[in-house]
Amino acid sequence: MINWGNFISQCFNGLVLGALLALISSGLTIIYGTLGVLNLAHGAMFMLGGYAGWVAYTYTGSFIAAVIAGSLFVMLVGVVVERVIIRYFYARPHEDQLLVTFGLGIVFVEAVRFFFGSLSKAVPPPPSLVGITNLGFMFYPTYRIALLGIVAIALLALYFVLYRTRIGMIVRAGIEDSVMVDSLGIDVYKVFMLVFGIGAMAAGFAGIVNAPVVSIAPDVGEAILVQTFVVVVIGGVGSFPGAVLGGLIAGEIISITSMFNPGYAYVMLFVAMTLVLVLRPYGLLGTAGRE
Amino acid sequence: MLKQRPFLVEALTAIGLIAVPFVLPHLGFSPTTINRILIWGLFGIGFDLLFGYTGLLSFGQSAFFGTGGMFAAYLLTQTSMFSSYVMASIVLGTVVAAVVGYLVGLIALKRTGIYFAMITVAIAEVFFFVEFNPLSAFTGGENGLPGVPQPSFDLGFTTLKFDTDWSMYTFFAFWYFIGLVIALRIVRSPVGAILSAIRDNPLRAQALGHNIHGYKLTAFVVAAAYAGFAGGLLGVMQGFMPPDAFMFDTSGQLVMQTAIGGAGTLFGPLIGATVWLYLSDFFQNTLHLGATWKLVLGVVFVLLVVFLRRGIVGAIVDLYALAKRGKESEPAKEVAPAAASPQVVHLPPSEMMPAKHRPSDHSAGPILRATGLTKRYGGLLANSDIDFTVNHGELRGIIGPNGAGKSTFFKMLTCEVQPTAGQIVFEGKDITGMSVTDVCQLGLTKSYQINQLFNRLTVRQNLMIAALGEIRGKLKLDLFRNPRNIPGLQEQVERTAELVNLTARLNTPVAQLAYGEKRRLEIGLALATSPSLLLLDEPLAGMSPSERVETVALLKSIAKGRTMIVIDHDMDSLFEMVGEVTVLQEGRVLVEGTPDEIKSNAKVQEAYLGGMHSEAAE
Repeated sequence: MINWGNFISQCFNGLVLGALLALISSGLTIIYGTLGVLNLAHGAMFMLGGYAGWVAYTYTGSFIAAVIAGSLFVMLVGVVVERVIIRYFYARPHEDQLLVTFGLGIVFVEAVRFFFGSLSKAVPPPPSLVGITNLGFMFYPTYRIALLGIVAIALLALYFVLYRTRIGMIVRAGIEDSVMVDSLGIDVYKVFMLVFGIGAMAAGFAGIVNAPVVSIAPDVGEAILVQTFVVVVIGGVGSFPGAVLGGLIAGEIISITSMFNPGYAYVMLFVAMTLVLVLRPYGLLGTAGRE
Repeated sequence: MLKQRPFLVEALTAIGLIAVPFVLPHLGFSPTTINRILIWGLFGIGFDLLFGYTGLLSFGQSAFFGTGGMFAAYLLTQTSMFSSYVMASIVLGTVVAAVVGYLVGLIALKRTGIYFAMITVAIAEVFFFVEFNPLSAFTGGENGLPGVPQPSFDLGFTTLKFDTDWSMYTFFAFWYFIGLVIALRIVRSPVGAILSAIRDNPLRAQALGHNIHGYKLTAFVVAAAYAGFAGGLLGVMQGFMPPDAFMFDTSGQLVMQTAIGGAGTLFGPLIGATVWLYLSDFFQNTLHLGATWKLVLGVVFVLLVVFLRRGIVGAIVDLYALAKRGKESEPAKEVAPAAASPQVVHLPPSEMMPAKHRPSDHSAGPILRATGLTKRYGGLLANSDIDFTVNHGELRGIIGPNGAGKSTFFKMLTCEVQPTAGQIVFEGKDITGMSVTDVCQLGLTKSYQINQLFNRLTVRQNLMIAALGEIRGKLKLDLFRNPRNIPGLQEQVERTAELVNLTARLNTPVAQLAYGEKRRLEIGLALATSPSLLLLDEPLAGMSPSERVETVALLKSIAKGRTMIVIDHDMDSLFEMVGEVTVLQEGRVLVEGTPDEIKSNAKVQEAYLGGMHSEAAE
């Protein structure tokens, strides 16, 4: 029989995981939408965020410093990678882009393994968020509640940047037609660099804020990457609202299925993805022609 | 170069496989490593058909590798019936992998490009979890299935046993060879040509009458079967079926090995596996790098993708071609100007290409009738309520200012674009809403305003792909057929080449053609499908005056015996060819008439001159 208390708490877990996936997927999808590059190193960027944060935490003991370090470091990695490698791949076939980002992902993972070993590392939540909170209807870890808020704020910030700023307008225009943006006298390549940085940062930020919940290890990004793909397929490539919706759906599916049998979580995820592909091939909120 | 000598590649491979046990051990390869290379090489042949030849980059091959291997291992270790039938079990595992590949392909091939890559990643991950958890009773979960027997065959008088590393080698080398021979047959078959066409330009392949979804699915299933077979061999080699065959890393390693070796070569995966496994042995056992070897390999891989686009085999082929071209550059130069020479106006052969789909012998009456054809893009009305009829044998011209909706109109006629309203009847058959592939099969096709060619293939291959659609229908799985044995194919290719004056360039890759030649090939592609109604979208666009003269002569000659509709802005040339002209303006039919009527029509002049003429007249 279903334990309703357990069920509600799993739904909440799903919400937290879903918000996290939404954030990571938004990063992936705006990079793809604008640059036309599917970044297979995105999961590794998530992992890098966790490690950069962990390093900052061991030196400063401050969680805030860890979050800032994790986000900025991954943004920097994103910008450097875009400048040094990715920009030479805009004109090359999609397959080459996939191959090179796949290789970069491996380099990141193995470099981290080289420097920090394969054992997992833990970043504790800030002292004020340790413990369990009584929500009235259930008890729930305080940090997870805070995490939901933190990720929601990050998503709102991303939304604000994308939909309420000039640069966001350029990015959204670039998703529709980057050649046109270029010919309007906007240096689209600078925008590309920025978008890659922001997209990577979204993954890095998620990587460090999730570290108190799931301890970090070099291969922690792989599962995240796969889940992110499912999110993007469900939501529709290049769509920010699609990434959010898809993320929440995927998060709930994983959490609720795990309550019964974790082994079926991916199967259910896959069933959902198949359903979407059959019924709405371009994703729930996607548009035709973005691939 | 290699095509002239049949079975040269096969013979060289056989010699190479025989030589390996005498050479490679001296280079530091252990027999186990060599066997492993063969298995990865075989696994990779299937993947190369999918990725290198068809252009579908799958990150999910581990699913089929694992499925085939696990199924075979299960039969061999858990059932009494199959426990001594190694090959039967592996073959059954292969069949299961192929069936699974078919089902997965149905889903994954709903999309292309990066979507396809993402979906395959997700599917492979599902297989991994299913193997580990729900099916762990059958697969041993994280322990895998130990106790897979070594192959032995009772021949009556003696028993063939493969129980040492080197005897295993002969077993694997045999199967690698068989796998390679089959793949070579597939690559050289009509299906192989169409797969390459799909890689280069899927939309044109579709428009030439090929059911590209069916062919892609075929490639996917073949790749899955190869993976399943290789998975079965892996279990036999190790005496144990490891669960990590299902891991994403397996797919990743396959992709990387293929890219390192060179995709689209069949041998790339083998070379890539050799490099990969040798380096991994070398780094781990000789340099004692421990886990760092993967970091080094990762860096090597990224550098290779950045600098060596076509992998090791590709680089060798390029070098060879470079050396060869150095020698042959002189005669090549002579041929090119002769073909494009403005003085020689090419006279098309008197014997023309027949149109295929003759109606039941009343060559009068309409071949195509469109009624009320309307296309709306959001708020934009591209075509509005067009009524249009063309009779058998007619050569019709369509003119109109830019933005009049001419190209949209053509796209609707060939069913590339579905009309918002209206009906299209071709040879008495309602084709509204049909696919571009089916319409081409009925004998209606188009040459494109912007060249849509198969750029990495030769002129001959391009024309062959077009002709195959007509000769073989939209989907035929003659995977092992030699195109030379298809009656009428070579004739049709050569006749088309002669007609569009590309006979001298038949073996030239499209990428090396001059613009005018590409333009003629564009028409040739449409022509090689033997259409009964041929639409030409600005065939003269971008041509020099002499090329125009030549092309007009060509168009006139192919118009004999078939119906054509030509859009062009070059009115002098167009009026010279056509019997009647339809003028489109702002998505509507403005007027129809003979060239002379159109020339003197006030409305037409107004449409082109923006009303200035009529003002001046007043």
